Amino acid sequence: MTTTSTPPTLVAEGIGKSFAGVHALTDVTLEIRPGEVLALMGENGAGKSTLLKILSGDQPPDTGTLRMHGEPVTFSSPADAMAAGVRVIYQEPEIVPHVSVAENVYIGRLPATARRFNRRALRERVRADLERTGFTGAIDPDTLGSRLSAAQRQLIEILRALTSDTAVLAFDEPTSSLSDAETESLFRLIRELRESGVAIVYVSHRMKEIFELADRIAVLRDGRLIGVRPAAETDEEELVRMMVGRDLSSMFQRRHTGAADQPVASTESRRPVLELRGVTSDDVSDVDLVVHAGEVVGLAGLVGAGRSELARAVVGDVPLRGGQVVVNGRPLRLRTPGDAVAAGIGFAPEERKADALLMHRTVRDNLSLAVLDRLSRLRFVRTRAERELVDRYVEQLRVRTPSPEQQIRKLSGGNQQKVVLARWLARRPDVLILDEPTRGVDVGAKAEIYAIIDELAASGVALLVISSELPEVLGLSDRIVVMQNGRIAGELDRDEATEERILALAIADHAAEGASR
Amino acid sequence: MTGTRAPLPAQTSTAAADATTPSARRPSPLHRVLEAVGVTNVSLLIALALVILVIGSQNADFFRGSNLIVIGTAVAISGLLAVVQTVVIIAGGLDISVGSVAGLASVASAMIFTATGSTAVLGLAGAVLIGLLCGLVNGAIIVYGRVNPVIATLATLAAFKGIAQLISNGRAQGYTGSDPIFIFLARGSILGIPTLIWVLLLVAGLLHVMLKYTDIGRKIYALGGNDAAARLAGININRYILAIFALAGMVAGIAGVLITARTGSGQPISGSEGLELEAITAAALGGTALKGGKGSIISTLLAVLLLGVLINGMTLLGVNPFWQNVAKGTLLVVAVVIQQLRSGERRVGIPQ
Repeated sequence: MTTTSTPPTLVAEGIGKSFAGVHALTDVTLEIRPGEVLALMGENGAGKSTLLKILSGDQPPDTGTLRMHGEPVTFSSPADAMAAGVRVIYQEPEIVPHVSVAENVYIGRLPATARRFNRRALRERVRADLERTGFTGAIDPDTLGSRLSAAQRQLIEILRALTSDTAVLAFDEPTSSLSDAETESLFRLIRELRESGVAIVYVSHRMKEIFELADRIAVLRDGRLIGVRPAAETDEEELVRMMVGRDLSSMFQRRHTGAADQPVASTESRRPVLELRGVTSDDVSDVDLVVHAGEVVGLAGLVGAGRSELARAVVGDVPLRGGQVVVNGRPLRLRTPGDAVAAGIGFAPEERKADALLMHRTVRDNLSLAVLDRLSRLRFVRTRAERELVDRYVEQLRVRTPSPEQQIRKLSGGNQQKVVLARWLARRPDVLILDEPTRGVDVGAKAEIYAIIDELAASGVALLVISSELPEVLGLSDRIVVMQNGRIAGELDRDEATEERILALAIADHAAEGASR
Repeated sequence: MTGTRAPLPAQTSTAAADATTPSARRPSPLHRVLEAVGVTNVSLLIALALVILVIGSQNADFFRGSNLIVIGTAVAISGLLAVVQTVVIIAGGLDISVGSVAGLASVASAMIFTATGSTAVLGLAGAVLIGLLCGLVNGAIIVYGRVNPVIATLATLAAFKGIAQLISNGRAQGYTGSDPIFIFLARGSILGIPTLIWVLLLVAGLLHVMLKYTDIGRKIYALGGNDAAARLAGININRYILAIFALAGMVAGIAGVLITARTGSGQPISGSEGLELEAITAAALGGTALKGGKGSIISTLLAVLLLGVLINGMTLLGVNPFWQNVAKGTLLVVAVVIQQLRSGERRVGIPQ
């Protein structure tokens, strides 16, 4: 704010954006200056991705304007933004799988004469580009797009940017898929770009990188810009405070019934129901975790930390590469989710529509799905028993539906989620795993879902709740386990857990450092 | 965009109104009948009535009892394949090899019959068993080979047909025309209704009961509607897919037996070629969602009847039989287009 010497390349003024009534961004004003790295930080859902999408022309803002070199601009597509010199490099860039690296880099602007493009000239050009940027050897120009690693795909996107006129270059957590050496090359490149006057936006959770690269750091929270600090004048503590410092009392519902209120000696004295012993899959490594009867364990971490992947492994949806899942002292043989269900594990997945609901069937069909065998005699579904069961749970969970015969797609997100919960309650599971149980759910239904979780715990069910909303994790959990990079980064008891400590564990470069902080 | 979105709020608001004041708007009797019978079935019945009126007004022979029996027996074999195809499609699959399986089973039934010294029961059982095995092969290719059902059964469509030609040298096999059991199947009747029609009604009835009233049926709908949800709810979807294709093979085996009975000998190709088209057309015309998860045996039966009447009518009116193929193909496209338009899918790219 103090340096007025360099006019900003791109200014976002009063940007607002909402999705289905939820404010993703509210009145965000930000200057992006040439020859500077601006870091963008914030929790999951703080609005970083939305802001990047608006900068890249992927989505139009509802309110506010973008100015390029002082002139107002409207990007109605990523192509518009690129033409103006604004590019965003996402974690998983779009690559054409069946053509070479070289063609992928110059896609849309292939050197052509009479519609025949010169393959050799193209290859040489990309080779020179790689040399210039210090990535020789990282990638072969002739490799097919489909064979590239995430890091190499990102490199293609970077090369695309470097070989066209780029004034603003934004990176979305670029290092999450890079090795240390690749990260070094990337940082060197970013610094060179900065020297040459490119304005750089750098989104990351990793404090170390931020302080290594950034000139200024902007923090978003709940869609608002909390502040912009020169990197030299701030520290990790202040940034974490800015990221989480919301009004804690606003959201979560304290537990008022059940185990938490009773004077329980310690979790150790209770019976372990779900035990994970060194659980390893393609995405998670060596996870040890215990959930006791009547306990709610919150599983926190950043998006991509491996929480959903852990759940999928525990319910037998993806194969275990090692370790054991034990329920009530009995090790499970998990070949399909059916084995987990038979062992008493229920699982409400994150993607409700894609993975849980039969959108074209009724509330009744959706609710009774996991208990059809129990409702049947000689394979015939006992319709009266089914109707009674459905009526009971619709009433108990206060599912707002005109009738159990209503198509589920006509219900609100919160009521759909209640039906998914009811599906598992009807099975009376010993273990219930809920992945983002309140995503896309309105505030009223949220409170009701918290109450349901609470009652379940009181009735002795062992619950593992994955949530990206820290207040929710804090409000619900007896114990909080934090994951990072597919591993357990640390564990916090209800009394010692704060948003700051969870976040510190989730973003610390090494789990040990975070725990000692 | 706005065109498709605009009706949504209106729908939700009426739903909400229903919820709060259930007694405020009582549906008219006509509306309730429509609701109970289903829009698809009502449309099919209207279409059937129109077709019958048109054909009947052109040729009075149409209404003769003997002609009605002709229609019934003509649709029995394709009807069997259509009802079991409906089950496969509801589960999210498609089986285009059913015609070839029927051909193979037809040859096999006659050959076993001849080889076992005219033991009809063994011929029947062998044919059904071979159908079951063919279906298991389909299922195994799909589930364990991870091959799309259309491609898998396209491959076996050719392969099973080839096997039928190999074992028969491409010629009709055996003579079953004098065996009482085969005669009963082909020309017998119970209560004045031909045996062929009874077989269709029996199989259709069993499948209907399975789909509507058992947990197996409910799980088949779930599997076709959302296989991820079905799997996570604990349903062993691989086993279901295998069983459903085995069932399709088995019913195709029964159809093969009926082909043998009707023609008096095992037919590798001539009785069964093109039956898959009729089966899929009838299922689609009956409103079975080709994406899976939706459909009913009764609607398919009505569609089978409609198709049978149409083909019979064209024959009665002296339409060139080659046109009948054009008509069948057109009907399949029309049925699917109607389905897609009703589902409100965006017209972009290759449909799912």
